[in-house]
Amino acid sequence: MSFVSLEGVTKRFGDLEVLRHVDLDVNEHNVVCLIGASGSGKSTLLRCVNLLERVDEGTIVVDGQTITNGKVDVNALRRKIGIVFQAYNLFPHMTVLQNVSLGPRKVRGLERERARRTAMDLLRRIGLEDKADEYPDRLSGGQQQRVAIARALAMDPKLLLLDEITSALDPQLVSEVLNLVRSLTEVGMTMIIATHEMSFAREVSDKVCFLDAGVICEQGPPDQIFSSPNEPRTREFLKRIIEAGRM
Amino acid sequence: MHRVLHAFADPFAFRQALPDIWSGFLINVHMMVIAEALVLVLALLIAIVRGLPGRGAKPFRGLAILYTDFFRGTPLTIVAYACILGLPGLGYSFLKNASSEALGVIALTIVYTAYVTEVYRAGIESVHGSQRMAARSLGLSYMQALRYVVLPQAIRRVIPPLLNDFIGLQKDTAIIGAIGVTEAAAQGTNFANSYFNYTGYFVGAVFFVYLTIPLARFTDHIIRERESRERAAMV
Repeated sequence: MSFVSLEGVTKRFGDLEVLRHVDLDVNEHNVVCLIGASGSGKSTLLRCVNLLERVDEGTIVVDGQTITNGKVDVNALRRKIGIVFQAYNLFPHMTVLQNVSLGPRKVRGLERERARRTAMDLLRRIGLEDKADEYPDRLSGGQQQRVAIARALAMDPKLLLLDEITSALDPQLVSEVLNLVRSLTEVGMTMIIATHEMSFAREVSDKVCFLDAGVICEQGPPDQIFSSPNEPRTREFLKRIIEAGRM
Repeated sequence: MHRVLHAFADPFAFRQALPDIWSGFLINVHMMVIAEALVLVLALLIAIVRGLPGRGAKPFRGLAILYTDFFRGTPLTIVAYACILGLPGLGYSFLKNASSEALGVIALTIVYTAYVTEVYRAGIESVHGSQRMAARSLGLSYMQALRYVVLPQAIRRVIPPLLNDFIGLQKDTAIIGAIGVTEAAAQGTNFANSYFNYTGYFVGAVFFVYLTIPLARFTDHIIRERESRERAAMV
């Protein structure tokens, strides 16, 4: 029984079909990586799963609950699905600690002291406890992104969506963020990851999906996708990635 | 030149006019403080209503737009006459017994709420959508996202224009004086009528300037501080 299941999902922005009849299953404790060019629909797919975007056709089931029939409690759903964005989107008027404890306090209803302890535990885990009282603009990009991951984890999510979280980072800052994600795979976090980091995708994922023009062109185990892709378009995409020295 | 000084800034008349103008000016300050407090709250509420999403909120959005459009375009003098002369005749006892000063505060509040609503709205719209999205994706409701994430950033950004509007409000309390409240400007007129000398106006002007200059400098200070912080964040 899969934890997330998309069936025939179509999403349009005006006349543009950004997702076309997408079928995808994600099992619990599995990691699924979405690869493909910018504009292929990876981000939109993630945003449909936590209802930041509404699908035009098809159904999405998360944790046994159909979320696309318009009857679901959106806030309750998002409580169990964390998302981390490319641009971090930390709250600039709050300290690191406040960023991480806002959700626990206001959504999970923890009292201040308990929320603070939970947040400090997480900051310790990501190695940024000494930055707890700093404001986000005093942190490097890599540190900000780690805080954004901690902010999502503070909600104790059952599913984590990562939307090209290293794409805005300087190259030397990428590894600290990827190491953190790697540690999450080790504790069995269910994740859907949109990424351009091919080696990382190959290493951590149970399944890789190649998206092209809003369609899942090919999906399968990482070794198969990266070593012997069936689809010509997948082959073409990977060839260009290799030529660009990105794998 | 001598005649001008004698008519508008005579040292003897200045001292003579001081006590009455001062007692009038206290009424200006009183009206200003109450109106500002009301404006800050009401304008925020209307700005929030104007930003509400969804089809259900459409009539409320429409009312908010109608209100701001109408009262931003109406001169304060007209609203003040309407309130001070018109409201007591409506037949509600609390309006009938209200002082002209209180009715003047109502007029100031009505007009300035319209201006300040727009200031708040500009601030709310200046907060990037990704902030709201990040807040909502944590599971915060629309109102929680507004309260904890959007408004704190929006209000910080609009403090300088808010203070500017309040300088305007301070000065416009004098308009209420033209319609039966013996505040500083009206005291100046009383003085002129008694002594054929206009120094009383000058005294009133000095009080107003004394009140606005610190506020204006404070506004400049906030803007400068913000600029330097933003420059530091870009490095």
